[in-house]
Amino acid sequence: MSTGARVVKTWAPLVPFAAWMFVFLGIPTIAVCIGAFQKESGGFTMSNVNQATSGVYLVGFENSLKLGIIEAIVPAIAGTFIAYAIHTSRGSLLRRSLVTLSGVFANFGGVPLAFLFIAAIGGETALVSNWLRDIGIDLYAHNITIYTFGGVALVYMYFQIPLMVLVILPAFEGLKNSWHEAAEGLGARSWEYWRYVGVPVLMPSILGSALLLFGSSLSAYATAEALTAGSIALTPIQIGSFLNGNVLAGQENIGKALALGLVVIIAVTMTLYVVLQRRASRWLR
Amino acid sequence: MSVGIGVAGTLGRSDPLQVIQESRSPGGSRLSGRGGWRSLRVWRLVVLALAGLYFLVPLWAAFRFSLNYVGPGFSDQAYTQLTAQQGFSTAIWLSVQLAIVTTIVELAIMVPTTIYIHLRLPRLKRVMDFVTALPIVVPPVVLILGVLQVAPNRLKSTPFLLALEYVVLAVPFSYRALDAGVRSLDLQTLVDASRSLGGGWLTTMRRVLMPNMRVAILSATVLTVALVLGEFTMASLDLQQTFPTWIVVFDQTNAHVSVAASLMALLLTWVVLIGISFFGGARGKSGGPR
Repeated sequence: MSTGARVVKTWAPLVPFAAWMFVFLGIPTIAVCIGAFQKESGGFTMSNVNQATSGVYLVGFENSLKLGIIEAIVPAIAGTFIAYAIHTSRGSLLRRSLVTLSGVFANFGGVPLAFLFIAAIGGETALVSNWLRDIGIDLYAHNITIYTFGGVALVYMYFQIPLMVLVILPAFEGLKNSWHEAAEGLGARSWEYWRYVGVPVLMPSILGSALLLFGSSLSAYATAEALTAGSIALTPIQIGSFLNGNVLAGQENIGKALALGLVVIIAVTMTLYVVLQRRASRWLR
Repeated sequence: MSVGIGVAGTLGRSDPLQVIQESRSPGGSRLSGRGGWRSLRVWRLVVLALAGLYFLVPLWAAFRFSLNYVGPGFSDQAYTQLTAQQGFSTAIWLSVQLAIVTTIVELAIMVPTTIYIHLRLPRLKRVMDFVTALPIVVPPVVLILGVLQVAPNRLKSTPFLLALEYVVLAVPFSYRALDAGVRSLDLQTLVDASRSLGGGWLTTMRRVLMPNMRVAILSATVLTVALVLGEFTMASLDLQQTFPTWIVVFDQTNAHVSVAASLMALLLTWVVLIGISFFGGARGKSGGPR
């Protein structure tokens, strides 16, 4: 068999997968990125990109990045603690329920999620609003609602924290008991073990997961849309509004320029993620 | 991020089922002496209680709301009359059709690909890990924008355009589930044994590999179905009325019913996932050391 035929034979079975990914993921993404530099009539232009990085769209990017950073840091910390609590809990039933529950909640979102929080604190007579008023805290007197940036941030954590739990749990499996015992044998106190062994080993995994959380909240659409109906400038919502046709004629390609912006941010995030994953995998062998 | 948007669930080694299997090993912490156990137990209780509060209170609030179908009193009509609501059956039927098409294509592509990678091109595993993570991070809004731009009109007019895209969105889930399944098999030995007994590739796949990967294929199926039944962003921007978009539209008519439908969907997903995790666990135990 010639070398050429062998190469074909080796790679041919991967063609269906590669082709499907290219056609249904690659081409649409590339088309959007090219469209960002095109006039409606065709031809090259920078005006879409310029407009997408100014005014209300710039605010959208700022808000999205701000939300992404909050949704990376807070759930990363909370999720790590919860994951450790699950990791150290005995009893397979409890552990199994909590892990599957994390799986369910991590994939929960959109309008159903918005419903939960609207029912809880969405109005003056909602359940938690009533509880808080009973103990003397009147949210509505202080104009605190979930239909704001802070509200969206609170609601996003409902899927971000379980996501963190799922992603970070395997890293705890990589913390060997023998390290803890060795540290203790050498006279280390509990906090010293965490300071010099546990946290340094976990750090690449935690940082990598935080980047993932960042990406996940950056691309979230439905929850914010359902909660705020577009009253807060967020890039994914702005892109969606171009698809819904709520734009002036001749500006359709600004949506593509916004999408290009997201793709660039995601690309940078993924590069960092790969680097950190490589460092983290040293401990997971 | 919704069931669909929030696909992010499974980057890295984060597939719920896989985590369950991995975490079957006994917990790590052996804090000995100095009252370590007690402080750990108190600390764990506090963490889980706080988390429970954050996660359960909104659920409880929504449940109570769904019971107020006829004014402030209690009523279960939102649940009992769910299936009779206008548009419900059409929307569910469309979602089920999409789920079936997506799952068939998904398995037809991903099962052979995963097996082949492990068998012949293991050096590509790292690349596959990265490529299969891409659908998680490419925002669905961006994807549907591009799809509607380049898809031919014939495709755009049918809801099954969504199924073609859902196959991509489900790749991160199905690949990780199948990957975990294949990793626990001694693939090379199984294939060699089957081949030396005269089995062709098709026989080997159907009679040897598929039965051994039953749990993995099952979890890939469930994760794919769950994704399709919950995906909102692309369906709504493609103007198709699937189950998730129906929930939103019907919210205008009767919010109690919409909330009830959301809660039922959530509960159902959890029950199925737990069921699979026990099914997988039981098989894992009888299957000897991994």
